[in-house]
Amino acid sequence: MYTILQGFGSAFRLIIALDPELLKIIWLSLKVSGAALVLAIALGLPLGALLALKRLPLRGLILSLINTGMGLPPVVVGLFVYLLLSRSGPLGFLELLYTPGAMIFAQFILAFPIVTSLSHTAIVNVNPIIRQAAQVLGANPLQEALTVIREARYGIMTGGIAGLGRVTAEVGAVIMVGGNIAGYTRVMTTTIALETDKGNFDLAIALGIILLGLSLLINLAFRAVQRMGRSGSGVVLWD
Amino acid sequence: MGLSLELAQISKAYNGRVILQDCSWTFETGFTHVLMGPNGMGKSTLLRICALLEAPDHGRVNYLGDNRPLAIGLELKRRITLLLPGVGVFNTSVFNNVAYGLKIRGLQRREIEERVGAILEMVGLADKKRQRALELSTGQSKRLGLARAMVLEPEVLFLDEPTASIDQENSEIIERIILEMKEKKRATIIMVTHDPAQARRLGDRLLLIKDGRLWPG
Ligand SMILES: Nc1ncnc2c1ncn2[C@@H]1O[C@H](COP(=O)(O)OP(=O)(O)OP(=O)(O)O)[C@@H](O)[C@H]1O
Ligand SMILES: [Mg+2]
Repeated sequence: MYTILQGFGSAFRLIIALDPELLKIIWLSLKVSGAALVLAIALGLPLGALLALKRLPLRGLILSLINTGMGLPPVVVGLFVYLLLSRSGPLGFLELLYTPGAMIFAQFILAFPIVTSLSHTAIVNVNPIIRQAAQVLGANPLQEALTVIREARYGIMTGGIAGLGRVTAEVGAVIMVGGNIAGYTRVMTTTIALETDKGNFDLAIALGIILLGLSLLINLAFRAVQRMGRSGSGVVLWD
Repeated sequence: MGLSLELAQISKAYNGRVILQDCSWTFETGFTHVLMGPNGMGKSTLLRICALLEAPDHGRVNYLGDNRPLAIGLELKRRITLLLPGVGVFNTSVFNNVAYGLKIRGLQRREIEERVGAILEMVGLADKKRQRALELSTGQSKRLGLARAMVLEPEVLFLDEPTASIDQENSEIIERIILEMKEKKRATIIMVTHDPAQARRLGDRLLLIKDGRLWPG
Protein backbone atom coordinates (compact mmCIF):
# COMPACT_ATOMS: atom_id res chain seq x y z
CA MET A 1 0.00 0.00 0.00
CA TYR A 2 1.22 3.42 -0.92
CA THR A 3 1.69 5.64 2.05
CA ILE A 4 2.15 9.38 2.06
CA LEU A 5 5.45 8.83 3.84
CA GLN A 6 6.69 6.59 1.04
CA GLY A 7 5.58 9.25 -1.43
CA PHE A 8 7.60 11.91 0.30
CA GLY A 9 10.60 9.58 0.41
CA SER A 10 10.56 8.97 -3.31
CA ALA A 11 9.84 12.61 -3.99
CA PHE A 12 12.91 13.69 -2.05
CA ARG A 13 14.98 11.11 -3.89
CA LEU A 14 13.79 12.60 -7.22
CA ILE A 15 14.71 16.07 -6.08
CA ILE A 16 18.10 15.12 -4.69
CA ALA A 17 18.97 13.06 -7.77
CA LEU A 18 18.07 16.09 -9.91
CA ASP A 19 15.81 13.90 -11.99
CA PRO A 20 16.03 15.14 -15.60
CA GLU A 21 12.27 15.00 -16.18
CA LEU A 22 11.68 16.96 -13.00
CA LEU A 23 14.28 19.58 -13.98
CA LYS A 24 12.83 19.94 -17.43
CA ILE A 25 9.37 20.60 -16.05
CA ILE A 26 10.66 23.11 -13.53
CA TRP A 27 12.71 24.88 -16.18
CA LEU A 28 9.73 25.16 -18.55
CA SER A 29 7.55 26.51 -15.72
CA LEU A 30 10.09 29.18 -14.94
CA LYS A 31 10.53 30.09 -18.59
CA VAL A 32 6.80 30.35 -19.29
CA SER A 33 5.97 32.31 -16.14
CA GLY A 34 9.09 34.47 -16.47
CA ALA A 35 8.31 35.38 -20.07
CA ALA A 36 4.68 36.13 -19.18
CA LEU A 37 5.82 38.37 -16.35
CA VAL A 38 8.32 40.24 -18.52
CA LEU A 39 5.60 40.92 -21.08
CA ALA A 40 3.14 41.94 -18.37
CA ILE A 41 5.65 44.42 -16.95
CA ALA A 42 6.66 45.72 -20.38
CA LEU A 43 3.05 46.63 -21.16
CA GLY A 44 1.48 46.97 -17.72
CA LEU A 45 3.98 49.38 -16.18
CA PRO A 46 3.72 52.01 -18.96
CA LEU A 47 -0.08 51.70 -18.94
CA GLY A 48 -0.24 51.98 -15.16
CA ALA A 49 2.08 55.00 -15.31
CA LEU A 50 0.03 56.70 -18.02
CA LEU A 51 -3.17 56.16 -16.06
CA ALA A 52 -1.52 57.55 -12.94
CA LEU A 53 0.22 60.56 -14.47
CA LYS A 54 -2.01 61.72 -17.32
CA ARG A 55 -5.65 62.66 -17.40
CA LEU A 56 -6.56 60.13 -20.04
CA PRO A 57 -10.13 59.99 -21.35
CA LEU A 58 -12.02 56.93 -20.06
CA ARG A 59 -9.47 56.54 -17.28
CA GLY A 60 -12.09 55.45 -14.75
CA LEU A 61 -13.50 52.85 -17.09
CA ILE A 62 -10.08 51.45 -17.96
CA LEU A 63 -9.18 51.19 -14.28
CA SER A 64 -12.43 49.38 -13.51
CA LEU A 65 -11.78 46.93 -16.31
CA ILE A 66 -8.25 46.30 -15.10
CA ASN A 67 -9.37 45.80 -11.53
CA THR A 68 -11.97 43.33 -12.71
CA GLY A 69 -9.23 41.55 -14.64
CA MET A 70 -7.29 40.99 -11.44
CA GLY A 71 -9.91 38.50 -10.33
CA LEU A 72 -10.37 36.67 -13.63
CA PRO A 73 -10.69 32.92 -13.08
CA PRO A 74 -7.78 31.21 -14.89
CA VAL A 75 -10.13 28.77 -16.64
CA VAL A 76 -12.03 31.68 -18.15
CA VAL A 77 -8.74 33.09 -19.42
CA GLY A 78 -7.90 29.62 -20.73
CA LEU A 79 -11.18 29.44 -22.58
CA PHE A 80 -10.76 32.92 -24.02
CA VAL A 81 -7.19 32.32 -25.17
CA TYR A 82 -8.19 28.91 -26.55
CA LEU A 83 -10.92 30.51 -28.67
CA LEU A 84 -8.52 33.20 -29.88
CA LEU A 85 -5.80 30.72 -30.80
CA SER A 86 -7.86 27.79 -32.09
CA ARG A 87 -7.57 27.09 -35.78
CA SER A 88 -10.77 28.96 -36.64
CA GLY A 89 -10.10 31.77 -34.16
CA PRO A 90 -8.85 35.27 -35.05
CA LEU A 91 -5.26 34.41 -34.06
CA GLY A 92 -5.39 30.83 -35.36
CA PHE A 93 -2.89 31.63 -38.10
CA LEU A 94 -0.19 31.98 -35.43
CA GLU A 95 -0.48 28.23 -34.78
CA LEU A 96 0.28 28.78 -31.12
CA LEU A 97 -2.30 26.48 -29.54
CA TYR A 98 -0.68 23.66 -27.54
CA THR A 99 2.72 25.36 -27.54
CA PRO A 100 4.60 27.12 -24.73
CA GLY A 101 3.79 30.36 -26.62
CA ALA A 102 0.09 29.86 -25.91
CA MET A 103 0.86 29.29 -22.24
CA ILE A 104 2.88 32.48 -22.07
CA PHE A 105 0.01 34.33 -23.72
CA ALA A 106 -2.52 32.99 -21.18
CA GLN A 107 -0.32 33.73 -18.20
CA PHE A 108 0.42 37.18 -19.56
CA ILE A 109 -3.30 37.91 -19.54
CA LEU A 110 -3.49 36.75 -15.93
CA ALA A 111 -0.51 38.82 -14.78
CA PHE A 112 -1.14 41.96 -16.82
CA PRO A 113 -4.05 43.39 -14.75
CA ILE A 114 -2.19 42.80 -11.49
CA VAL A 115 1.00 44.45 -12.70
CA THR A 116 -0.90 47.36 -14.25
CA SER A 117 -3.13 47.95 -11.28
CA LEU A 118 -0.40 47.73 -8.66
CA SER A 119 1.92 49.97 -10.73
CA HIS A 120 -0.89 52.48 -11.03
CA THR A 121 -1.56 52.42 -7.29
CA ALA A 122 2.13 52.73 -6.46
CA ILE A 123 2.62 55.71 -8.78
CA VAL A 124 -0.58 57.49 -7.73
CA ASN A 125 0.50 57.21 -4.11
CA VAL A 126 3.84 58.94 -4.62
CA ASN A 127 3.73 62.16 -2.61
CA PRO A 128 2.93 65.09 -4.98
CA ILE A 129 5.90 66.97 -3.55
CA ILE A 130 8.20 64.61 -5.48
CA ARG A 131 6.78 65.87 -8.73
CA GLN A 132 7.21 69.46 -7.60
CA ALA A 133 10.76 68.79 -6.47
CA ALA A 134 11.59 67.34 -9.89
CA GLN A 135 10.08 70.40 -11.55
CA VAL A 136 11.91 72.99 -9.47
CA LEU A 137 15.17 71.15 -10.12
CA GLY A 138 14.64 71.56 -13.84
CA ALA A 139 13.17 68.27 -15.01
CA ASN A 140 11.45 68.22 -18.37
CA PRO A 141 8.06 66.45 -18.48
CA LEU A 142 9.59 63.05 -19.32
CA GLN A 143 12.26 63.32 -16.61
CA GLU A 144 9.57 64.39 -14.18
CA ALA A 145 7.46 61.31 -14.98
CA LEU A 146 10.47 58.99 -14.71
CA THR A 147 11.36 60.50 -11.34
CA VAL A 148 7.87 59.84 -9.98
CA ILE A 149 7.92 56.29 -11.38
CA ARG A 150 11.30 55.69 -9.78
CA GLU A 151 9.95 56.78 -6.40
CA ALA A 152 7.26 54.11 -6.83
CA ARG A 153 9.75 51.36 -7.67
CA TYR A 154 9.18 49.21 -4.61
CA GLY A 155 5.42 49.27 -5.09
CA ILE A 156 5.93 48.40 -8.75
CA MET A 157 8.21 45.52 -7.79
CA THR A 158 5.62 44.13 -5.39
CA GLY A 159 3.18 44.26 -8.31
CA GLY A 160 5.57 42.19 -10.40
CA ILE A 161 6.06 39.68 -7.61
CA ALA A 162 2.31 39.41 -7.02
CA GLY A 163 1.87 38.78 -10.75
CA LEU A 164 4.52 36.07 -10.66
CA GLY A 165 2.84 34.47 -7.67
CA ARG A 166 -0.44 34.32 -9.52
CA VAL A 167 0.89 32.75 -12.71
CA THR A 168 3.19 30.19 -11.14
CA ALA A 169 0.33 28.83 -9.03
CA GLU A 170 -2.40 28.59 -11.66
CA VAL A 171 -3.25 25.47 -13.57
CA GLY A 172 -6.54 26.10 -15.36
CA ALA A 173 -5.34 28.36 -18.14
CA VAL A 174 -2.09 26.61 -19.07
CA ILE A 175 -3.65 23.16 -19.13
CA MET A 176 -6.33 24.34 -21.57
CA VAL A 177 -4.10 26.15 -24.01
CA GLY A 178 -0.91 24.14 -23.50
CA GLY A 179 -2.49 20.71 -23.59
CA ASN A 180 -0.10 19.26 -21.00
CA ILE A 181 2.03 17.50 -23.62
CA ALA A 182 4.84 15.49 -22.03
CA GLY A 183 8.26 17.01 -22.66
CA TYR A 184 6.79 20.02 -24.41
CA THR A 185 4.10 21.90 -22.54
CA ARG A 186 4.02 20.28 -19.13
CA VAL A 187 4.69 22.66 -16.29
CA MET A 188 4.70 22.05 -12.56
CA THR A 189 1.03 22.66 -11.86
CA THR A 190 -0.29 20.71 -14.84
CA THR A 191 2.03 17.79 -14.10
CA ILE A 192 0.81 17.64 -10.52
CA ALA A 193 -2.78 17.53 -11.74
CA LEU A 194 -2.08 14.83 -14.29
CA GLU A 195 0.21 12.59 -12.22
CA THR A 196 -2.20 12.69 -9.29
CA ASP A 197 -4.94 11.63 -11.64
CA LYS A 198 -2.79 8.71 -12.83
CA GLY A 199 -1.95 7.69 -9.27
CA ASN A 200 1.72 8.47 -9.80
CA PHE A 201 2.29 10.48 -6.65
CA ASP A 202 6.11 10.57 -6.47
CA LEU A 203 6.56 13.15 -9.20
CA ALA A 204 3.46 15.04 -8.08
CA ILE A 205 4.70 15.34 -4.51
CA ALA A 206 8.20 16.31 -5.64
CA LEU A 207 6.77 19.10 -7.79
CA GLY A 208 4.39 20.09 -5.02
CA ILE A 209 7.31 20.56 -2.66
CA ILE A 210 9.19 22.63 -5.21
CA LEU A 211 6.16 24.74 -5.99
CA LEU A 212 5.64 25.39 -2.29
CA GLY A 213 9.28 26.36 -1.97
CA LEU A 214 8.90 28.72 -4.91
CA SER A 215 5.80 30.28 -3.34
CA LEU A 216 7.70 30.75 -0.14
CA LEU A 217 10.54 32.44 -2.00
CA ILE A 218 8.12 34.70 -3.84
CA ASN A 219 6.48 35.63 -0.55
CA LEU A 220 9.80 36.35 1.08
CA ALA A 221 10.79 38.52 -1.86
CA PHE A 222 7.46 40.32 -1.66
CA ARG A 223 7.94 41.14 2.00
CA ALA A 224 11.58 42.09 1.57
CA VAL A 225 10.67 44.56 -1.16
CA GLN A 226 7.88 46.01 0.95
CA ARG A 227 10.31 46.47 3.80
CA MET A 228 12.84 48.17 1.55
CA GLY A 229 10.15 50.57 0.34
CA ARG A 230 9.15 51.66 3.79
CA SER A 231 10.50 55.15 4.20
CA GLY A 232 12.88 56.34 6.87
CA SER A 233 12.51 59.10 9.42
CA GLY A 234 13.56 62.01 7.24
CA VAL A 235 10.49 62.16 5.03
CA VAL A 236 9.19 65.66 5.07
CA LEU A 237 5.57 65.78 4.11
CA TRP A 238 4.00 68.45 2.00
CA ASP A 239 2.05 70.87 4.22
CA MET B 1 23.55 90.70 -16.02
CA GLY B 2 21.39 88.33 -14.02
CA LEU B 3 17.69 87.77 -14.01
CA SER B 4 15.13 90.14 -12.66
CA LEU B 5 11.56 89.35 -11.85
CA GLU B 6 8.37 91.38 -11.99
CA LEU B 7 4.90 90.42 -10.96
CA ALA B 8 2.16 92.14 -12.88
CA GLN B 9 -1.27 92.06 -11.24
CA ILE B 10 -1.16 88.46 -10.13
CA SER B 11 -4.38 86.96 -8.83
CA LYS B 12 -4.99 83.46 -7.58
CA ALA B 13 -8.00 81.74 -6.04
CA TYR B 14 -8.41 78.18 -4.78
CA ASN B 15 -11.91 76.75 -4.95
CA GLY B 16 -13.35 80.22 -5.34
CA ARG B 17 -11.42 81.61 -2.33
CA VAL B 18 -9.20 84.50 -3.34
CA ILE B 19 -5.67 84.08 -1.98
CA LEU B 20 -3.78 86.67 -4.03
CA GLN B 21 -5.33 89.72 -5.58
CA ASP B 22 -3.68 92.09 -8.02
CA CYS B 23 -0.19 91.58 -6.67
CA SER B 24 2.45 93.60 -8.46
CA TRP B 25 6.07 93.80 -7.40
CA THR B 26 9.56 94.20 -8.76
CA PHE B 27 12.30 92.07 -7.28
CA GLU B 28 15.60 93.76 -8.01
CA THR B 29 18.49 91.63 -9.13
CA GLY B 30 21.04 90.62 -6.55
CA PHE B 31 19.04 91.51 -3.45
CA THR B 32 17.55 89.30 -0.79
CA HIS B 33 13.82 89.88 -0.51
CA VAL B 34 12.08 88.61 2.59
CA LEU B 35 8.36 87.89 2.46
CA MET B 36 6.48 87.76 5.74
CA GLY B 37 2.87 87.39 6.79
CA PRO B 38 0.47 85.33 8.87
CA ASN B 39 -0.17 81.63 8.20
CA GLY B 40 -2.38 80.84 5.26
CA MET B 41 -2.00 84.25 3.62
CA GLY B 42 -0.54 82.86 0.42
CA LYS B 43 3.22 83.18 0.84
CA SER B 44 3.93 79.66 -0.39
CA THR B 45 1.39 80.12 -3.15
CA LEU B 46 3.12 83.30 -4.29
CA LEU B 47 6.50 81.56 -4.29
CA ARG B 48 5.18 78.63 -6.34
CA ILE B 49 3.73 81.08 -8.86
CA CYS B 50 6.99 83.07 -9.03
CA ALA B 51 8.98 79.85 -9.45
CA LEU B 52 6.73 78.86 -12.36
CA LEU B 53 5.36 75.76 -10.65
CA GLU B 54 1.85 77.06 -10.87
CA ALA B 55 0.18 79.56 -13.17
CA PRO B 56 -1.73 82.52 -11.74
CA ASP B 57 -5.41 82.90 -12.63
CA HIS B 58 -4.73 86.43 -13.85
CA GLY B 59 -1.67 88.57 -14.35
CA ARG B 60 1.84 87.73 -15.42
CA VAL B 61 5.18 86.70 -14.03
CA ASN B 62 7.81 88.47 -16.11
CA TYR B 63 11.42 87.43 -16.08
CA LEU B 64 13.87 89.81 -17.65
CA GLY B 65 17.43 89.13 -18.75
CA ASP B 66 19.47 92.15 -19.86
CA ASN B 67 16.19 94.05 -19.64
CA ARG B 68 14.60 91.86 -22.27
CA PRO B 69 11.57 89.71 -21.42
CA LEU B 70 12.30 85.99 -21.45
CA ALA B 71 10.00 83.26 -22.71
CA ILE B 72 8.61 81.03 -19.97
CA GLY B 73 10.03 77.61 -20.72
CA LEU B 74 12.42 74.93 -19.58
CA GLU B 75 15.47 77.05 -20.37
CA LEU B 76 14.30 79.80 -18.02
CA LYS B 77 13.09 77.30 -15.41
CA ARG B 78 16.60 75.89 -15.26
CA ARG B 79 17.99 79.27 -14.21
CA ILE B 80 15.79 79.49 -11.10
CA THR B 81 14.86 77.10 -8.33
CA LEU B 82 12.72 76.82 -5.22
CA LEU B 83 13.41 75.13 -1.91
CA LEU B 84 10.01 73.69 -1.04
CA PRO B 85 8.95 73.90 2.61
CA GLY B 86 8.71 70.10 2.66
CA VAL B 87 11.91 69.65 0.56
CA GLY B 88 10.69 66.52 -1.27
CA VAL B 89 13.62 64.20 -0.64
CA PHE B 90 14.00 61.50 -3.29
CA ASN B 91 14.28 57.93 -2.05
CA THR B 92 17.91 57.45 -3.02
CA SER B 93 21.30 58.38 -1.61
CA VAL B 94 22.21 61.85 -0.41
CA PHE B 95 24.65 62.11 -3.32
CA ASN B 96 22.02 61.19 -5.91
CA ASN B 97 19.61 63.71 -4.47
CA VAL B 98 22.07 66.55 -4.83
CA ALA B 99 23.30 65.31 -8.22
CA TYR B 100 19.75 65.11 -9.60
CA GLY B 101 19.54 68.55 -11.20
CA LEU B 102 23.02 68.23 -12.70
CA LYS B 103 22.30 64.78 -14.13
CA ILE B 104 19.13 65.88 -15.86
CA ARG B 105 21.07 68.78 -17.34
CA GLY B 106 23.41 66.23 -18.87
CA LEU B 107 26.61 67.24 -17.10
CA GLN B 108 29.69 65.02 -17.15
CA ARG B 109 30.10 62.60 -14.30
CA ARG B 110 33.37 64.11 -13.09
CA GLU B 111 31.96 67.63 -12.91
CA ILE B 112 28.90 66.33 -11.06
CA GLU B 113 31.09 64.57 -8.49
CA GLU B 114 33.17 67.67 -7.93
CA ARG B 115 30.28 70.08 -7.57
CA VAL B 116 28.19 67.78 -5.38
CA GLY B 117 31.21 67.02 -3.19
CA ALA B 118 31.91 70.72 -2.66
CA ILE B 119 28.30 71.57 -1.81
CA LEU B 120 27.96 68.65 0.61
CA GLU B 121 31.09 69.90 2.35
CA MET B 122 29.50 73.32 2.61
CA VAL B 123 26.23 72.12 4.17
CA GLY B 124 28.04 69.66 6.43
CA LEU B 125 26.66 66.48 4.89
CA ALA B 126 29.88 65.22 3.28
CA ASP B 127 30.07 62.23 5.62
CA LYS B 128 26.49 61.25 4.72
CA LYS B 129 27.11 61.18 0.97
CA ARG B 130 26.34 57.47 0.51
CA GLN B 131 23.60 57.33 3.10
CA ARG B 132 19.94 56.89 2.22
CA ALA B 133 18.50 60.40 2.14
CA LEU B 134 15.21 59.39 3.74
CA GLU B 135 17.12 58.51 6.88
CA LEU B 136 18.22 62.11 7.44
CA SER B 137 16.66 64.17 10.23
CA THR B 138 14.41 67.11 9.41
CA GLY B 139 17.24 69.61 9.77
CA GLN B 140 19.59 67.52 7.68
CA SER B 141 16.86 67.13 5.06
CA LYS B 142 16.53 70.90 4.85
CA ARG B 143 20.27 71.23 4.34
CA LEU B 144 20.07 68.54 1.70
CA GLY B 145 17.32 70.53 -0.02
CA LEU B 146 19.43 73.66 0.12
CA ALA B 147 22.43 71.81 -1.32
CA ARG B 148 20.28 70.31 -4.06
CA ALA B 149 19.09 73.79 -5.02
CA MET B 150 22.42 75.59 -4.68
CA VAL B 151 24.44 73.10 -6.66
CA LEU B 152 22.50 74.36 -9.68
CA GLU B 153 23.86 77.88 -9.09
CA PRO B 154 20.45 79.45 -9.75
CA GLU B 155 20.21 83.10 -10.66
CA VAL B 156 17.00 83.39 -8.68
CA LEU B 157 16.61 81.27 -5.55
CA PHE B 158 13.27 80.96 -3.76
CA LEU B 159 13.39 79.70 -0.20
CA ASP B 160 10.16 78.77 1.58
CA GLU B 161 10.85 78.79 5.33
CA PRO B 162 14.36 77.37 5.04
CA THR B 163 14.88 77.25 8.82
CA ALA B 164 11.41 76.28 10.03
CA SER B 165 11.69 73.59 12.72
CA ILE B 166 15.49 73.73 12.64
CA ASP B 167 17.63 74.13 15.75
CA GLN B 168 19.73 77.22 16.36
CA GLU B 169 23.02 75.72 15.26
CA ASN B 170 21.64 74.43 11.98
CA SER B 171 19.74 77.66 11.38
CA GLU B 172 23.02 79.51 11.64
CA ILE B 173 24.63 77.14 9.16
CA ILE B 174 21.76 77.65 6.76
CA GLU B 175 21.82 81.43 7.14
CA ARG B 176 25.55 81.49 6.49
CA ILE B 177 25.02 79.48 3.31
CA ILE B 178 22.30 81.82 2.14
CA LEU B 179 24.54 84.83 2.69
CA GLU B 180 27.38 83.16 0.85
CA MET B 181 25.06 82.37 -2.04
CA LYS B 182 24.17 86.01 -2.31
CA GLU B 183 27.67 87.40 -1.94
CA LYS B 184 29.62 84.96 -4.08
CA LYS B 185 27.06 84.09 -6.73
CA ARG B 186 25.16 87.38 -6.74
CA ALA B 187 21.92 85.43 -6.82
CA THR B 188 18.56 87.10 -6.30
CA ILE B 189 17.00 85.50 -3.25
CA ILE B 190 13.34 85.59 -2.37
CA MET B 191 12.58 83.94 0.93
CA VAL B 192 9.72 83.40 3.34
CA THR B 193 10.31 83.39 7.08
CA HIS B 194 8.32 83.86 10.27
CA ASP B 195 11.37 85.05 12.20
CA PRO B 196 11.70 88.89 12.24
CA ALA B 197 15.29 88.68 13.49
CA GLN B 198 16.22 86.43 10.62
CA ALA B 199 14.46 88.78 8.22
CA ARG B 200 16.65 91.62 9.52
CA ARG B 201 19.82 89.56 9.32
CA LEU B 202 19.30 88.32 5.79
CA GLY B 203 16.94 90.68 4.07
CA ASP B 204 17.74 93.75 1.99
CA ARG B 205 14.08 94.28 1.21
CA LEU B 206 11.06 93.30 3.23
CA LEU B 207 7.58 92.75 1.87
CA LEU B 208 4.44 91.82 3.74
CA ILE B 209 1.44 89.91 2.55
CA LYS B 210 -1.98 90.53 3.98
CA ASP B 211 -5.49 89.93 2.66
CA GLY B 212 -4.25 88.98 -0.76
CA ARG B 213 -2.05 92.03 -1.26
CA LEU B 214 1.63 92.85 -1.03
CA TRP B 215 2.93 95.77 1.01
CA PRO B 216 6.44 97.13 1.41
CA GLY B 217 7.77 96.38 4.91
N1 LIG C 1 -3.22 73.39 -3.90
C1 LIG C 1 -4.12 74.02 -3.13
N2 LIG C 1 -5.42 73.74 -3.23
C2 LIG C 1 -6.34 74.38 -2.47
N3 LIG C 1 -6.04 75.32 -1.57
C3 LIG C 1 -4.75 75.64 -1.42
C4 LIG C 1 -3.72 75.01 -2.17
N4 LIG C 1 -2.54 75.53 -1.81
C5 LIG C 1 -2.82 76.44 -0.85
N5 LIG C 1 -4.14 76.52 -0.62
C6 LIG C 1 -4.81 77.44 0.32
O1 LIG C 1 -4.34 78.74 0.06
C7 LIG C 1 -4.14 79.46 1.25
C8 LIG C 1 -2.70 79.99 1.27
O2 LIG C 1 -1.82 78.90 1.43
P1 LIG C 1 -0.24 79.10 1.49
O3 LIG C 1 0.33 77.77 1.70
O4 LIG C 1 0.19 79.85 0.31
O5 LIG C 1 -0.10 79.99 2.80
P2 LIG C 1 1.23 80.47 3.54
O6 LIG C 1 1.16 81.93 3.61
O7 LIG C 1 2.41 79.87 2.90
O8 LIG C 1 1.00 79.86 4.99
P3 LIG C 1 2.08 79.29 6.04
O9 LIG C 1 2.67 80.46 6.76
O10 LIG C 1 1.25 78.47 6.96
O11 LIG C 1 3.08 78.50 5.29
C9 LIG C 1 -4.43 78.51 2.39
O12 LIG C 1 -5.73 78.80 2.87
C10 LIG C 1 -4.41 77.15 1.76
O13 LIG C 1 -5.32 76.32 2.38
MG1 LIG D 1 3.81 78.43 3.49
